[in-house]
Amino acid sequence: MRFTFFLREATRSLRRNAVPSFAAMASVLVTMLTLGVFIPMVQATTGAANEVRGKVLVDVFLNANATDAAVERVRKTLTQDTKYVGNVTYVSKAEAYAREKKKNPEAYQLLGNSNPLPDTFRVSPDQPGNVGKLRDELAPVTPSGERAAIDPAIDEVKNRRDETTKILSATRVVKLSMAFLALLLVLASVLLISNTIRLSLFARRREVEVMKLVGATDWFIRWPFVIEGIIVGAMGGVMAIVLLLVGKVAFIDPLKQDFSLIAAPETLNFGVLIAVLLFASVAVSAAGSGLSLRRFLRV
Amino acid sequence: MSASKRHLGARPAHLPAARRRAQGQPIGPPARSADLPPDARNIIEFRNVCMHYPTGDIGLDGATFNVRQGEFVFMVGSTGSGKSTIMNLLIMERTATAGTIRVAGRPLETMERTKVPYYRRNIGVVFQDFKLLPNRTVHDNIAYALSATGATRKEIRAKVPDVLRLTGLSTKLHNYPDQLSGGEKQRVSVARAFVNHPPLLLADEPTGNLDPHTSLGIMQLLYRIYRTGTTVLVATHDSHMVDRMRRRVIELQGGRIIRDEASGLYAQREQTTDEFGDLLDNAYHDLGRE
Repeated sequence: MRFTFFLREATRSLRRNAVPSFAAMASVLVTMLTLGVFIPMVQATTGAANEVRGKVLVDVFLNANATDAAVERVRKTLTQDTKYVGNVTYVSKAEAYAREKKKNPEAYQLLGNSNPLPDTFRVSPDQPGNVGKLRDELAPVTPSGERAAIDPAIDEVKNRRDETTKILSATRVVKLSMAFLALLLVLASVLLISNTIRLSLFARRREVEVMKLVGATDWFIRWPFVIEGIIVGAMGGVMAIVLLLVGKVAFIDPLKQDFSLIAAPETLNFGVLIAVLLFASVAVSAAGSGLSLRRFLRV
Repeated sequence: MSASKRHLGARPAHLPAARRRAQGQPIGPPARSADLPPDARNIIEFRNVCMHYPTGDIGLDGATFNVRQGEFVFMVGSTGSGKSTIMNLLIMERTATAGTIRVAGRPLETMERTKVPYYRRNIGVVFQDFKLLPNRTVHDNIAYALSATGATRKEIRAKVPDVLRLTGLSTKLHNYPDQLSGGEKQRVSVARAFVNHPPLLLADEPTGNLDPHTSLGIMQLLYRIYRTGTTVLVATHDSHMVDRMRRRVIELQGGRIIRDEASGLYAQREQTTDEFGDLLDNAYHDLGRE
């Protein structure tokens, strides 16, 4: 009986306070719509940034006369004995030659059959930020200030310094600014929703006062408000999701073939996004109603 | 154990048996508890109660009085004398800054906040401004007070028409408060206060907004409720009504009790026409000096 009573009370007050309820629903709708657009955008951007960061590499050039045994020894050192190593790819002299010749056939025609390229290991760090440490592991700086490789078969260890620094700093700025924007947006959404709910509750503070005076417990008063919040949140959330779905089908899907960013695999699944938005709208709205009521309950 | 038993203790044996039976309570000697005060017939006890507001205003200043079960008491005094403070303390809207208040033997200052709603269910309150829920019908306003105490729909269906009949509102069942006259609104307020059959009914200026004829009707209604065995405490400025009813009168001034008479008048002595004329003269001269 209690639940049906609370539900009846909640629907009654929704009907009676249609305008404030609509305002609360509209604020949930707008907020969720913004979040629904923003979450995939942040994800695509950070996904793209991560992809760029993944390109940070350390090239380990071997001596021109390195034997197969030496190559195997270096491979073993890299894969088993060295810290900060993520992925190791071996590019043999012949492979490098073929690849470069394909890129620049005219220049390689002049070289004839001689192959000046060394055997190379392309080593990616376990985390992009560890690229410097990985280089230090493979070629520590000696007291004389020069670098000495850890294996005699290694000629040189290079990390394309300029490119790496640029990539790391640029992607860090992108990620940080996106995180900051996301935080700001979530904060603004919560404030907007709770403010709208507060206004609608303020109009009904006399009602709450009377309820307290006839001996209603805090939760007896609070439940209908929470249920009302759930209904308003769910309605706003569902409407936002419908609009997002229309937007996705009408605008985003046709562009997928042309823009790799939109089709980026890191973007959240739409189903998961719907679930997150619906949960967030209901939770924020219900909690907002329940918590905003606190100050009016102190009678 | 019902809420009324839990918070207002055992009912004194001198209550009418019919009423106790109506409330589903056993008829027989009341259970005595060790923490009951010596005189269990006191439903309200104020002992040196002080109420000093944070603004520096004094609401009550060492008020001491008792109200016995089944009494009808008027509280009189000018505005700001402390009548409403006593009401607010009794419904626990505020807590006294000093002294002890006991209701049915229970000290209010030690009551936990979570127990307050259950305590309030045993006290009916009528306000000068009615405090009705504007978006509910007369029936729903009264039913809400019952629902809050956990009453079932069946109980609500049984009790609401009864109390509406008692208050003469049977034909206004489906009206909203803004469709009622002041007197009718106050009747709804009384009906809501009495629907749970509380042992104590507080009325804070119940006729303050009403004409003399309507006021008389409301006082008659309160008196009828008192006759069922309910203790009634009325704070009022209505001198005419107090003088006509000749019940116990507690007079307050500046937060102190200055008079407590078993069968008193609104004022100890009526002001003569000459004295009133002098007052007007003085006021006129004061104005001339400014």
